[in-house]
Amino acid sequence: MNKNLPNSFRTGPDERGHFGIFGGRYVAETLMPLILELEKAYADAKADPAFQAEMNGYLKAYVGRPSPLYFAERLTEHLGGAKIYLKREELNHTGSHKVNNVLGQIMVARRMGKKRIIAETGAGQHGVATATLCARFGLECVVYMGAVDVERQQPNVIRMEMLGAKVVPVQSGARTLKDAMNDALRDWVTNVHNTFYCIGTVAGPHPYPMMVRDFQSIIGHETREQMQEVEGRLPDSLIACIGGGSNAMGLFHPFLDDPSVEIFGVEAAGHGLTQLHAASIAGGRPGVLHGNRTYLLMDADGQIEEAHSISAGLDYPGIGPEHSWLHETGRVKYLSATDEEALAAFKLLSRLEGIIPALESAHAIAKLSELAPQRPKDHLMVVNLSGRGDKDVPQVGDILKGRKK
Amino acid sequence: MTTRIDAKFAELKKQGRAAFVTFVMAGDPDPATSLEVVKALPKAGADIIELGMPFTDPMADGPSIQAAGLRALKVGMTLRKTLELVRDFREDDATTPIVLMGYYNPIYIYGVDTFLADARTAGVDGLIIVDLPPEEDTELCIPAMKAGLNFIRLATPTTDDKRLPAVLANTSGFVYYVAIAGITGAAAADSKVVGEAVARIKRHTKLPVCVGFGIRTPEQARAIAEHANGSVVGTALVDALKGSLDAEGRATTKTVPAVADLVAALAQGVRGAKQAAE
Repeated sequence: MNKNLPNSFRTGPDERGHFGIFGGRYVAETLMPLILELEKAYADAKADPAFQAEMNGYLKAYVGRPSPLYFAERLTEHLGGAKIYLKREELNHTGSHKVNNVLGQIMVARRMGKKRIIAETGAGQHGVATATLCARFGLECVVYMGAVDVERQQPNVIRMEMLGAKVVPVQSGARTLKDAMNDALRDWVTNVHNTFYCIGTVAGPHPYPMMVRDFQSIIGHETREQMQEVEGRLPDSLIACIGGGSNAMGLFHPFLDDPSVEIFGVEAAGHGLTQLHAASIAGGRPGVLHGNRTYLLMDADGQIEEAHSISAGLDYPGIGPEHSWLHETGRVKYLSATDEEALAAFKLLSRLEGIIPALESAHAIAKLSELAPQRPKDHLMVVNLSGRGDKDVPQVGDILKGRKK
Repeated sequence: MTTRIDAKFAELKKQGRAAFVTFVMAGDPDPATSLEVVKALPKAGADIIELGMPFTDPMADGPSIQAAGLRALKVGMTLRKTLELVRDFREDDATTPIVLMGYYNPIYIYGVDTFLADARTAGVDGLIIVDLPPEEDTELCIPAMKAGLNFIRLATPTTDDKRLPAVLANTSGFVYYVAIAGITGAAAADSKVVGEAVARIKRHTKLPVCVGFGIRTPEQARAIAEHANGSVVGTALVDALKGSLDAEGRATTKTVPAVADLVAALAQGVRGAKQAAE
């Protein structure tokens, strides 16, 4: 596919934060000194055994790791092909994979002496994880959330407020995740001296895409070990949903150099790829936004277009830069699932396995339903069940009720 | 090579005064009115024009300039039309420097080399691109210099002495000192503190230093002009323009005078400044 394949897919980014042409540090000068300071602080932390030991302690006793790798017997029977395992990230404290990254970043923030934490959130899962760890460590927490998302993810807004965070509904632009990120960046530029920006996904200026990936890679490392224990070998394929792409990158990264492992990312196709959607790779092209070069949805003038997905967590017109690079090198295949397919998968997993998935994760389940039947029964397929669907129950309930009428 | 910006600062030095730099958004509230507004700026006393390139996601701008960009985009403003506006302005004005200010993505999508060639032909003198720090100089800064355009860098309160040389290395035309850590339209900075910061930058460069962010009134513009080579006003002008629009956000007969009157008052302020010794 690509003649210039690297020797390893796991050595990026380079020292300037680039994955191929993607990534980089496209930020205002006010933020540059802090970003360089963060890069250094993170490198120091990464090399410090005491930091790792402390983090491992919290991951075990506070987050509840390792998360189980669960054989989904009835789903496997139902689809009649590959043997399906669910990586149960929804069982983590706070109900999603987001906490893995937040714990790491909050510990880095503490090392840097920062007392005020800001975050952007779409579905509210990253916001809840940030509010949780700020409560745990006694830090001030401000979460920017698009006004549209505040409306459709009320349970998480209430949770964040209960945890002591201030939730700021963002009224600019499309009033979803992209705009929440703009306002978080505006806050950061204003309060740069005392504030740490806890980015929720593998996007933003270097070192964020790398740092968030590193903190999320525990998902893939555990999966490797667990699969070795139960099946005595590597999985044959991996599949995960992608908004910014942190749960996917966390699962994929430890397997990138295992050529026998097929890897699939699933973007949100919304109403369909020819209509409103949030699939940056399928429907976008490389551009520069929010500190990095990556695939973006935009018009011919380079103006960013509004994304659409039923799932607030995938409703973003971009994707992490490392995913853009993995797409261009051909290492990961990027697919997409529509709102309808995700809803069907949401119901399917609830009924067959007694697990209500987040609407985000339901996009991965949706494509699984296509891929698994095409594969033999000894094919081992792992789906990242990145979050639980409690937050989506009111929204999905309303949609289903509306249809009965 | 002497650019219009260099020539302007040389002329102002002879006159013994600081520059008054004005910012308006290209295409706000519509392309035709915007051209009239821009034409009115030098006549009302502006020395240098910063012209905003509308962008959907202006991460360093406050609500006023965000809204101005969205007004322009709503009526179909594009980067190509912004260059046309400059070309039309140049038909009557061959000397007032024009600096395009905005974000990188529309330029990247236009194509860097084509954009630089078209900008130069249209009569653009310099660029201020908020999201291109020196770490990304190969993207646009170096090509712009080669194409004969000034690349004007922002220095901020967080740019310390250690970092300043990197920020100043490929800067030309002038240095834009952002008076506060924050977004456009935020609170004003103390002019004495700004004076110290300008003096610090001047220890590293011979380029003129202009100061912006938070300057709204003739008094503030004068106070800053006493410590720097120029005062930049943006949000106040954008607000004056917005205040002149009708209920549907369209231009009225008051739109051009609303901006021009404020520019005249601010220019008076800048001209009243006692020029600090070089």
